Amino acid sequence: MFANVFKRSMLARTSLVLLLLVGVAALIGPSASGWQFDEIDWDSLETAPSAVHWFGTDLIGRDLFVRTMLGARVSLLVALIATSVSLCIGVPYGLIAGFRGGRTDQIMMRIVDGMYALPFILLVILLVVLFGRNQYLLFAALGAVFWLDIARIVRGQTLRIKHAPFVEAAKSLGAPTKHILLHHVLPNVLGPVVVYTTLTIPGVILAESFISFLGLGIQEPETSWGVLVSDGTQSMESSPWMLLFPAGCLAITIWCFNTLGDRLRDQLDRRDNARITT
Amino acid sequence: MRKYIAKRLGYAALTFFCVVTVVFFMVRLAPGGPFDSMRRLPPEVEANLQAAYGLDKPLIVQYATYLSNLAHGDLGPSFKQKDFTVGELVSRGLPISVALGAMALALALAIGLAVGLAAGLTPGSLLDAVLMGLSNLNIAIPAIVVAPIMVLVFAVFLSWFPAGGADSAWHFVLPTIALALPYSAAIARLTRSSVAESRFEPHMATAVSKGLPRRRIVVRHLMPIAIIPVLSYLGPAVAGLLTGSVVVEQVFDLPGIGRYFVQGAMNRDYTLVMGVVIVYSGAILIFNLLVDLAYAAIDPRIRFD
Repeated sequence: MFANVFKRSMLARTSLVLLLLVGVAALIGPSASGWQFDEIDWDSLETAPSAVHWFGTDLIGRDLFVRTMLGARVSLLVALIATSVSLCIGVPYGLIAGFRGGRTDQIMMRIVDGMYALPFILLVILLVVLFGRNQYLLFAALGAVFWLDIARIVRGQTLRIKHAPFVEAAKSLGAPTKHILLHHVLPNVLGPVVVYTTLTIPGVILAESFISFLGLGIQEPETSWGVLVSDGTQSMESSPWMLLFPAGCLAITIWCFNTLGDRLRDQLDRRDNARITT
Repeated sequence: MRKYIAKRLGYAALTFFCVVTVVFFMVRLAPGGPFDSMRRLPPEVEANLQAAYGLDKPLIVQYATYLSNLAHGDLGPSFKQKDFTVGELVSRGLPISVALGAMALALALAIGLAVGLAAGLTPGSLLDAVLMGLSNLNIAIPAIVVAPIMVLVFAVFLSWFPAGGADSAWHFVLPTIALALPYSAAIARLTRSSVAESRFEPHMATAVSKGLPRRRIVVRHLMPIAIIPVLSYLGPAVAGLLTGSVVVEQVFDLPGIGRYFVQGAMNRDYTLVMGVVIVYSGAILIFNLLVDLAYAAIDPRIRFD
């Protein structure tokens, strides 16, 4: 369904390739250079990029390449866990609200509207402060606050196809609601869900790096791009590479997800418009 | 209209109440008390401490006390900064954060609307491609990167602006820009697509065929409808701006409410963190209420719903 996008758009191809690279980096990068993420090279404290340390080293002589790759791993892990959690909440929520309609729908959507107006990241921080700084808890908590968009989109799509002939047919054959939702409605809302998941991911990655930047997320010696950027900020005058590599990786990843999501959304709109006019 | 306002007020109040409740129980039901991290206290001392902060009473009584104190504007004592109440700390930082947020919002709107309008009036043009490319780049580079680089370039190398502190208006220039940039890009994108779509509304054709000057068409006929999606984005945007100001205050060393929040989170100062979340939620809800009213003022369909 989305194959066209990659045929047509160079930007979409580029960002997909870059994202695959980030993925590969996250998988094999941490073990590619022979250094450990917490291994200290006493002979090269705060050295510039070289053949030995590809991205240079940090203040206490740890290899920045390995640490940046580890950051990629954390970011993609956040993307995976948090978006899974947000899908697990958002999709059923949207399906039920849209399919039930009426008062149920109204109440459920008012709740979503109300939640849009909350400083969620701060609530996540509060949660992390309260329950200890466990990174998986942090990821899941992020997912638990990023489901609003997904719920809205799924509800909208469900409303659209609720009265489609095949749904009516299933209903009149006496299919249970659960069956209709899972087998007839869900497959038809998957397209938009894919698009908005792609657009949710950068938000989640940014949120994690934001919290880690403040020192409230991932803790040393573990690391993430937020932690690395924060360290890099401290010594950006004397050793700018400490800021540039992790910051660059973070920005590229965000940009790729945004661009990819945009193109996919354009494709979706185009398809919907075509359907309306024919 | 009056009914609409009353309804919105009701929703806002209800949401606020829910936030307070959730935050309160989250904090109280979490494992570990506020005095755990200190060195082991004799049980009598601990009991006295608990009693001093009212923590020995049943949960429901504590909740009622907290609510009634809150209604009087009292957020309770800070658990870690013994001589201060949360209210004192918050009211010290609030003016700075509010000033920063308001200026950043104004700047983001000014840049975003101008860029979005310029791009949206000629979709597909070179100008459009350049402006939107820049906006996408701008969204991708987060504040945690932009803010430190701005300090380095404009404060350290060029010394045009002070690197930190809040002594004069001059100190707010860099933080405002750093905070506003990503939101200006988001607003630009929204404005662009809505301007590009609204150009084909029937009333635009009428305005053009009446031979109105271009400026008037854009300002009086295009902008009012094109601005509606931007308006509905303002609510989430302000929530984001206030959150983002936490980082910006940290980087530029502004003694705003965000600094107290991070400090409180580091020290596990529950009441302080709770207070900031509640104050922020309240501020955002009030702002959303204003947006809803502006919405109704611009779009008559909403008023008569």
